Amino acid sequence: MTVLGAGLILQLALAAAAVIIAFTAAPALRARATGIPVTLLALAGIVTGAAAMSGATGGIRLPLALPTDPLILAPDPLGGLFMVIVSAVGVLVTTFGIGSATGPASSRTAWAALPVFLVGMQLVPAATDSVSFLLAWEVMTLGSTVLLMADHASRASVASAGIWYSAMSQLSFFLVLAGFAVLAAATGGTSFATLATVEPGSGAANLAFLLFLLGFGGKAELVPFHVWVPRVLPEAPSHVSAAMSGAMVKIGVYGALLVCVRLLPEAPPWWGILIMILGGASALYGILQASVSSDLKVLLAYSTTENMGLVFLGLGASVLLRSSDAAAAADAALIAALLLAVSHAVFKTTLFLGAGAISHATDERNLDNLGGLGVRMPWTAFSFGVASLGAASIPITSGFVAEWMLLQSLIHGGRLNGEVVSVAASVAMPLAVAVIALTAGLALLTFVKAYGIAFLARPRSSAAALAREVPPLMRVSLVLGALAVLALGLVPGPVAAVVAATFGPQTALAAAPVGLNGVALPGIDAVLDPTMLLVLSALVALPILIVIAVSARRHPARHSALPWGGGGSRARPRMQYTATSYAEPLVRVFDDVLKPSRDVQVTHVGESRYLVERVTVQQKVSDVIETRLYRPLLNVVQRYGVLARHAANGSIHRYLTYSFVAFLILLIVVSL
Amino acid sequence: MIWAAIVIAIAQVAVFVVLAPLVVGVMRQVRARLEGRAGPGVWQPWRDVRKLLRKNPVRAQGSSGMLRAGPVAVLVSSLLLCVLLPLVGTIPFDLIPSDLFVIVSVMLIGVVALALVGLDSGTAFGGMGSSRHMTVAALVEPTLLLSVYALSIPAGSSTLSLIVQARLDTPEIIISPVSVLAIVALAIAIMAETGRLPVDNPGTHLELTMLHEAMLIEASGRDLAWLELGSWLKLAALLGLVANLVVPWGVVTDFGAFALLLGTVTIAAKVLVLAVLLTVGEVFLAKVRLFQVPELLAGSFALAFLAVTASYLVA
Repeated sequence: MTVLGAGLILQLALAAAAVIIAFTAAPALRARATGIPVTLLALAGIVTGAAAMSGATGGIRLPLALPTDPLILAPDPLGGLFMVIVSAVGVLVTTFGIGSATGPASSRTAWAALPVFLVGMQLVPAATDSVSFLLAWEVMTLGSTVLLMADHASRASVASAGIWYSAMSQLSFFLVLAGFAVLAAATGGTSFATLATVEPGSGAANLAFLLFLLGFGGKAELVPFHVWVPRVLPEAPSHVSAAMSGAMVKIGVYGALLVCVRLLPEAPPWWGILIMILGGASALYGILQASVSSDLKVLLAYSTTENMGLVFLGLGASVLLRSSDAAAAADAALIAALLLAVSHAVFKTTLFLGAGAISHATDERNLDNLGGLGVRMPWTAFSFGVASLGAASIPITSGFVAEWMLLQSLIHGGRLNGEVVSVAASVAMPLAVAVIALTAGLALLTFVKAYGIAFLARPRSSAAALAREVPPLMRVSLVLGALAVLALGLVPGPVAAVVAATFGPQTALAAAPVGLNGVALPGIDAVLDPTMLLVLSALVALPILIVIAVSARRHPARHSALPWGGGGSRARPRMQYTATSYAEPLVRVFDDVLKPSRDVQVTHVGESRYLVERVTVQQKVSDVIETRLYRPLLNVVQRYGVLARHAANGSIHRYLTYSFVAFLILLIVVSL
Repeated sequence: MIWAAIVIAIAQVAVFVVLAPLVVGVMRQVRARLEGRAGPGVWQPWRDVRKLLRKNPVRAQGSSGMLRAGPVAVLVSSLLLCVLLPLVGTIPFDLIPSDLFVIVSVMLIGVVALALVGLDSGTAFGGMGSSRHMTVAALVEPTLLLSVYALSIPAGSSTLSLIVQARLDTPEIIISPVSVLAIVALAIAIMAETGRLPVDNPGTHLELTMLHEAMLIEASGRDLAWLELGSWLKLAALLGLVANLVVPWGVVTDFGAFALLLGTVTIAAKVLVLAVLLTVGEVFLAKVRLFQVPELLAGSFALAFLAVTASYLVA
């Protein structure tokens, strides 16, 4: 048996063991007893994935007597990379979950669902045929749905989120299934190798592409399929939302890469443009909603839509550039998309775990009630801060490297050897740069708001004032995540080289390590060395620090209750800016897109028109796509659903008539 | 080459640390004279920094380390701009060339640090300034990137040193319509980014109009000195960049003692002249309402986008 085969079987065995332990262990021991095999399962996934990336071949063949191609699980290097991403998130999430899960989130069912969810995600990238791909996909969906529903008995919003999640997951599944079906009908097989033989540019290829794009885009939270995200991710227990956003969403990205790189590599330009439009719209809409959100987990959920939008923007650019023969820029864009996915997995997991730590310490998700957590929870503050820098693409984090590479590939994509590549590219590239720039700017505001309001200033509620740092195990996984964000950002050269190699030897040449672990893109002549940047900042900071040291000895800092306080000594913490007021200018600027509903109620004192007793302001920003697109659709469906009730009134005679008519139609169709 | 790059970087930092307060002093003095006031003299910013460094900083009880670390981060970000931008010379480091995106990100470190300092003060003013500052910063970024993107197309590289070099070699591209559009857009973006009129009024402390000053309001002593020095350095460095893009002559391209001296003198002269022009322009401007700033920025974005597509499709 090969290494990969042994690894896959070990994962399945560990998952089974974890499920059994979850159901049998005593409640007091359950979290630890189940957590250990689940962590081992994730570690086994990392090892197997790394082996696949390093070129190991082999796998396991599922014995099944179906009239299809054989079901083989054998990850290729690209699948191995995604297995590593998913499993690494799994390790962080499980260690955090052992410490944090309480109440319903720590029930028997919830702990049994976690290994099912993880093993499902780890097996999707291992599949080499559509049937096993879809099977693993459904295992993943099943596990995540059960995990999400952990708390359904006590909170109604969880049940509603569960329905949205199930419906949207099944929509994605159906679209992907339909995509595979179209390809299978055109090629006569179910393995990826057979499906890839479909004729490029044929109707079947185009139709399959559209179905796949919508299906995988739905899983990757792209607009307009993102509606489940702001409901589901906030309602799930924090470590589960971290796993969903950090890992499961990447499976959607993997699917899209599988389509664009393996199944349908010869794409016409319009595919690229379509992916770019979908990605760009998601990036802008996601970050706009995130920037005006005051609920920390809703903010992070929408920001996931943004990040996935950027990944798809990179993927689309790569498809468009490859169809115009700008291979170097196309390769760089592809690597950038993958690096964005890798870095998103790390920083978004850490951010969701940080949100989990905050709600563990304060029982609060609303930023408007937080504040001053930096001094009370220093470890969480450090980790959340570093991950926020990653999300805002500030050097020296992983997010910065990925976004830099994407921008470089875009600005060098419009031209090839001094000639304009194509008119489409020369309009699409500047627009894409503008979209990324605006997205990056808004992301900066979003994460300054998230970090600044939660961790800085003075506590805005007693819950925040009484917050204590989380237990050690949760701290460990938070700090590990933050260190990974920094590490990926400081050594981009080796990381980019490893990532590039997963696409094959040709793409591997597009990114090379240079200098102090810096990255160079030889095809488009760009160099980045974050370590050198760090050294340079240390050098310029040195004189300042010396001046501070000298000055601090002579003029030590004094501390006062409130140094100036805007001229008023009675400035209470409630008078500080909140997350809602922080985003208020932005809500006004993007009034037309966000359509906020504002309600101002002024209560006057007695008879006076001028003396005000109380002012109440309520502002609600709802999801425009949900209210304008889904609500009308659901209303129509509901109306016809009521009509359909008349057709199915429970009468057995009527049902027999239906069967008879259906049988007749079938016979007529067959006889034609 | 690497030694030449190091010497030029040191020269740039030294020149701009001396020059930046002087530039601000000259701007305030020119403005005072144009408004019929005597003015405090051009060395006043220097005296302010010296005074602030001798004072005990007063910090709020229970504030986090952000009030201490943030100002240093702002200053480091501005100093890195002075190191990386092609100001005195166009000889870049091999491993960290003056890449457009790296420079913008380095600048954003300062923007973020300043916004966090504003929030950490725990008062309404700080939060208000921080919120407005970040909103403007978010909206400026597309213009900033696109305008330099437009300038980068003739040079074929996003490295600012190479862009300045290309303009020095073929001066006719400086007055091409694409370049003019891009420079105008870049100038508006830089005005917004450095908090000048008509986006922010650097002279005001009127609470409803403040952007930049509102964030500094709780800082004192050396914290305030670093924040002020950082913002002055950023202004001077970005003026230097615009000056070198419009009038690239005098920049050191071949390293030598005389060339270095010439480069230092010319950049100082260019920045001072540009600063005086900016001040004279500002005297005739009023600050626009905060909610009209996006319109101004949208206009500059349109110019920048036009410049990029034009240089693809026309050139």
